[in-house]
Amino acid sequence: MDLVTPQLGLLVWPALSFLLLLVVLRKFAWKPILESVNERDAQIRQALDAANEAKMAMVRLQADNDKLMAEARAERDLMLAEAKKTRDHIVSEAKAKAEVEGKRLLDLARQDIANDRKAAMTEVRNLVANLSVDVAEKLLRKELEKSDAQQTYLRQQLDQLQIPVR
Amino acid sequence: MHSLASTPFLIRCSIYLFSLWVLVSWPQGVDANAAADSVDTVVKSGHSEESAEFDASKVILHHIADAHDWHLYDHRDEAGHVHPVSIPLPVILWCGGQWHFMMSSAFEHGHAQPQSGALTFRLDEHGHIQEASGLPVMDLSITKNVASMLLSIVLLLIIFISAARSYARSNNRMPSGLARFLEPIILFIRDDIARPNIGEKRYAQYMPYLLTAFFFIWINNLLGLLPTGANLTGNIAVSLVLAVFTLLITNFSGNKHYWSHIFLPHVPKWLYPIMIPVEVVGIFSKPIALTIRLFANITAGHIIILSLISLIFIFKTLAMAPVSIAFVLFMECLEILVAALQAYVFTLLSALFIGLATAEPEHGVHDAH
Repeated sequence: MDLVTPQLGLLVWPALSFLLLLVVLRKFAWKPILESVNERDAQIRQALDAANEAKMAMVRLQADNDKLMAEARAERDLMLAEAKKTRDHIVSEAKAKAEVEGKRLLDLARQDIANDRKAAMTEVRNLVANLSVDVAEKLLRKELEKSDAQQTYLRQQLDQLQIPVR
Repeated sequence: MHSLASTPFLIRCSIYLFSLWVLVSWPQGVDANAAADSVDTVVKSGHSEESAEFDASKVILHHIADAHDWHLYDHRDEAGHVHPVSIPLPVILWCGGQWHFMMSSAFEHGHAQPQSGALTFRLDEHGHIQEASGLPVMDLSITKNVASMLLSIVLLLIIFISAARSYARSNNRMPSGLARFLEPIILFIRDDIARPNIGEKRYAQYMPYLLTAFFFIWINNLLGLLPTGANLTGNIAVSLVLAVFTLLITNFSGNKHYWSHIFLPHVPKWLYPIMIPVEVVGIFSKPIALTIRLFANITAGHIIILSLISLIFIFKTLAMAPVSIAFVLFMECLEILVAALQAYVFTLLSALFIGLATAEPEHGVHDAH
C-alpha cells in the first residue's frame, strides 16, 4: 500500500515548486513567448490584408485599364468610321462636282464645236458661192467674148427659160 | 565548437553544481570495475543480503518507490560485501518540536542510526524514517523524487527562458533554436487544447497553467524513463498535487452557471437530495481521475519495463537478456509516446474541466426550457 499512500514531503515540495515554476515561467517564458507569437500573428495578418488589398487594387486597376482600353478602342473605331464617312462624302461630292463640271465643259466644247462648224460651213458656203460666181463670171466672160457665142448663149438661155415667143 | 564560456550562465552554473555534488558525494574506494559486475551483485543481493533468492516484486516496488538517496548501482568489494553506491540527499525532519537536518548518507543505507539533538532516527524496511522512541516524524526531505523534480524545474527554466529570449533577439519575432521546436507544441496547446475547450474569450488566462502543467509532466515523464531516473509523475502524491491545482483553478474560476448546475440542477426538487451529492462528488471525482490516470499510466510503464528486466534474473540465464532487451526497447519506445500522451491527456482534461466551469449558458438551450 506504500505505492498509493501519498507522502507528506512529496505533497509539499511539488506543490511549492510547481507554484513557483508556474509564477516564474508565466512572467519570464509564457508571457514573452505568447506575446511574440500573437504579435507575429498580427503582423502576418496585417501583411496578408495588405497583400489582399494590393491584389484588389491591382484588379481594380486592371479593370480600369481594360475599360480605358475598350473606350479608346471604341473611340478609335468611331473616329475611323467618321473619317471613312467623311472621305466617302468628299470623294462622292468631288465625283459629282467633277461630273457636273465635265458635263459642262463637254457641253461647252460641243457648243463651241457646233458654232465653229456652223461658222466654218458658212464660210465654206460663202467661199464656194464666191468661187462659183467667180468661176461663172470667168466662164461667162470667156464665152461672151465672141458675139455669136453671146447670141447663142442668150438664145440658149432664153430657150431654157421657155419664154413663149408669140 | 564554441567554448564553455559562451554557454548561458544558468547552464554553466547548473553543470558546475551538479558535478560538484556528484564529486563530493562520491563514496570512497569505488573502482572502475565496480560497474561491470553490478548486474551480478543485484542478483546476489536482491536487496536482502541474507537470501540469494531474487524477489522481483520487491525489487520493482523498491525501484518505483521514492528513496532518501539517489541510488546509482551496487558495488562489491574484495571481501564480497555489497556496497550500494548512491548520491546522498538532504534529510529534513520535523520531530519533537524542532527541525533536524542531515544527509541521507548518515543512515548508511539503513545500517546506522544517526542522532540529531537528543533524538535517534532509523530507516524502517520500507525506507521511511522513524524516531527511535516512536515520536511522530514529519518528513520533508529532499528525496530522490524531489531532487529529480528540482532538476526538471531547472531544466524547464533554462529551456523556456532561453526560448523566450530567442524571440526578443529576433527582430521580426521569429523563433530560433530550441524555440523553433517548442513553438509548435505551445501553439498546439493553445489552438487544440485551450481554445476549443475553454473558449476564445477566456482561454488566455489559463494558458500559463496549461503550458506549465504539460511541460512539467512531459519532462518528468521523460526523466523517469532514464536509467536511475526517479518515478516522479508515477508517484501518487505528485499526480495528486497536480490534480489539486486543476481542482483549485477549476473551482475558483467556476461561474454562476457552474455552481447553479451543482446546487440548483435542472431536475425536479425532490431529486435534489440525490443530485446535489452526486454533483459534489463530481467536483472531486474529476481530479481524482486525473491523479489515478497519470499515476497508474506512468507507474504501469515502469513496472512493465522492470518486470521485463527481472526476467533475466528470474530465469538466471544470460540467454534471456536479448529477449528482455528487445521487449524493453519496445516498451521504452512506447513509454516515450506515453510520456507525451499522458502530459497531453492531463492538460486536455484540465482545460476541459476549466472550460466546463467557465462556460456561459447557451441561450438557445435556456430559451427552450
